[in-house]
Amino acid sequence: MSEAALLHDDDFALFGLPRRFELEPAQIEQRWKALQQHAHPDRHAHAGAAAQRVAMQWSVRINEAYQRLRDPLRRAAYWCELHGQPVQADSNTAMPPAFLLQQMQWREALDEARDQADLQRLLHEVQAERAARLAELTDAIDRRHDPAAAARHVRALMFIERFLDTLHERLDP
Amino acid sequence: MALLQISEPGQTPDPHQRRVAVGIDLGTTHSLVAAVRHGVAECLPDEQGRNILPSVVRYLPPGSRPARQVGYDALAAQVDDPANTISSVKRLMGRSLADIQAQGVAARLPYAVTEGEGGVVVRTVAGDKTPVEISADILATLRQRAEDTFDSDLYGAVITVPAYFDDAQRQATKDAARLAGVEVLRLLNEPTAAAIAYGLDNAAEGLYLVYDLGGGTFDVSLLRLTRGVFEVVATGGDSALGGDDYDRALADWALQQVCAGAQTADLDARARATLLARARQAKEALSHSGSSPVTLQVPLPDGDVTVPLDAAQFEAITRELTQRTLTVVRRVLRDARVSTTDVQGVVLVGGSTRMPVVRDAVTQLFGRAPLTNLNPDEVVAIGAAIQANQLAGNDPSGELLLLDVIPLSLGIETMGGLVERIVPRNTPIPTARAQDFTTYRDGQTAMAIHVVQGERDRVQDCRSLARFELRGIPPMAAGAARIRVTFTIDADGLLHVSAREQTTGVEARVDVKPSYGLTDEQVTRMLQEGFATAEEDMRQRALIEARVEAERMLMATRSALAADGDLLTAEERAAIDALMQALERARAGDDAAAIDSATQALAKGTEAFAAARMNRSIAQALAGRAVDQL
Repeated sequence: MSEAALLHDDDFALFGLPRRFELEPAQIEQRWKALQQHAHPDRHAHAGAAAQRVAMQWSVRINEAYQRLRDPLRRAAYWCELHGQPVQADSNTAMPPAFLLQQMQWREALDEARDQADLQRLLHEVQAERAARLAELTDAIDRRHDPAAAARHVRALMFIERFLDTLHERLDP
Repeated sequence: MALLQISEPGQTPDPHQRRVAVGIDLGTTHSLVAAVRHGVAECLPDEQGRNILPSVVRYLPPGSRPARQVGYDALAAQVDDPANTISSVKRLMGRSLADIQAQGVAARLPYAVTEGEGGVVVRTVAGDKTPVEISADILATLRQRAEDTFDSDLYGAVITVPAYFDDAQRQATKDAARLAGVEVLRLLNEPTAAAIAYGLDNAAEGLYLVYDLGGGTFDVSLLRLTRGVFEVVATGGDSALGGDDYDRALADWALQQVCAGAQTADLDARARATLLARARQAKEALSHSGSSPVTLQVPLPDGDVTVPLDAAQFEAITRELTQRTLTVVRRVLRDARVSTTDVQGVVLVGGSTRMPVVRDAVTQLFGRAPLTNLNPDEVVAIGAAIQANQLAGNDPSGELLLLDVIPLSLGIETMGGLVERIVPRNTPIPTARAQDFTTYRDGQTAMAIHVVQGERDRVQDCRSLARFELRGIPPMAAGAARIRVTFTIDADGLLHVSAREQTTGVEARVDVKPSYGLTDEQVTRMLQEGFATAEEDMRQRALIEARVEAERMLMATRSALAADGDLLTAEERAAIDALMQALERARAGDDAAAIDSATQALAKGTEAFAAARMNRSIAQALAGRAVDQL
């Protein structure tokens, strides 16, 4: 009897996708649904207890992989981890001085923003920076295969995402 | 009650025999039961041909026959006996007295409530009643209706809950079913059930928003429908907003018209119930009258006073309530990062969506008319019946798969009363998250973990779910133990916790103390009290249940062997055959415990086989996809 090897595969292999950063969201989603169509506990509701336990285990594993793959930043962080460069977002907060300076300027701009127009200007600036970083991240993973550089970009993008959340709250409370 | 069919030992019942599975909409103001009959899902009427069962239970003094009234009889007695006639019990499910006081619900109830062992209880002439017991009385009535209709025992039910229900409220619903002797196949979110009803009937695809304004709860779900898959993208709602609030707003306004400064709360229970009933009638009359005005009789000590009411006045009186629903809709869209134009259609659910003020407001927000071709009162029960039919295995060709998400974030209390989020809301379920803890004292063998639900950062602003006590941790030096706690949320959205010390592999015992609701022991005790007069009944029931479960297991194993027996070596096959024979022998006897243990032995002995089958199935799913891509 063969071992349930697939269950312990990495997320990309489990979903039958190449190990890259640029992936079609629609494709990830379609793969998720196809796998759950076989694994979800509801598909085994009238089967035996053993089958229900296995279904639960698989369904949880598929959802875990889906959550990681569908979020670009988590997908990139996972890729870094698979290639020996864990992002360590909590412990490794050392960022280049230029980046920290930019962050401080954005925070000040947010504090001083008086109207929607000010906030919109700031939003465009941050979104432009985010797009540029994402391009560099794509380059680091898909073309240069450089996990160390990719991990740095992921950390920077995590800062940017957090700032965008704060900004969105101000724009649309 | 119909008798269970039991086959002769060694004989199997007809595998094509249909199992009676129903969908139950356990609503705030009314409940329904539906089933698939001759391929069509429909509501089951009572003997008088009425589909709706008012969610009202009246308790009579001890010694009365019957001891209680459920439904229309209870509703009719509401004005005469408000203190013992319990309506809107759904608002009390999984809640403490402090909760419902904070929501302003407690002050407006026509009956007396107090704090009990596991949350709020209702004081009645027949003693204190928990919301779980009262809901169980409603469920038992619907179960009886289903069993009478089919002249057969109920296999199981899908019971719907608001998408916004937290763990305590879901657990309370499940406890009520257990108490009523109803096997829960699945708890299903109400808006999702509505979409199932619409999706299958209309073959809809795309993003759909379900706007469900019932008697006491408001729910919004944004769903993505694609080829039989119902994915909940985001949910929101308000568990204390519904048609009842429109009645109250109207009653308050009408009273103000005849007696400035008066409050509905100043009226005695009887006058209040009368005024609310009349406000409701006026509201419903206005929904059908078009532009012509209606009247409302306000009961005052010296007689009724007539107040005229037109559509424009009603719109102004209830505008704030309607706006509150639209705010929730906008928040859900924002959570999902979509705009109103991305939504392909809006489905209206709940009797309160018959109000033109609601339909107009929704039409205006989305720039298109909502879907209303199914009966808004019945659509949830119909969808639940379709799902129940499939879960019971009556529709093996069915492609319907529901992928659901957790409605509220789950967190644990950390130092300083802060919340560490462990499962963010809108995570697809089932899901699991492991978290490592350590001991802070030498030789520590127990620890407590406080689980909360909600989106805020401080424990006091979130809802306390349960305290899990881990016991039996092997004594070690402080900080040396590594206890991995696994939080699992099942497909019903209910939390399970297990814990293991990593260095020794010792499994810790987990004791759950729910912050609200009943402990397992309390439910078991209630069940025993129910059977106390019939000891023999209980023994018989245990034997019947054990045999049914054994038969279920044997049938599942046989069909698995027929499909994938080639995965087994000769020895593995012989071991499973031996376990099946042992179970067949046990099932022929009268010992329920022996049957149960043989069933469990077969379940355990087929675990590796089940894992191998799943592996093959997933491999096929991936291979099928590779072919698609060519």
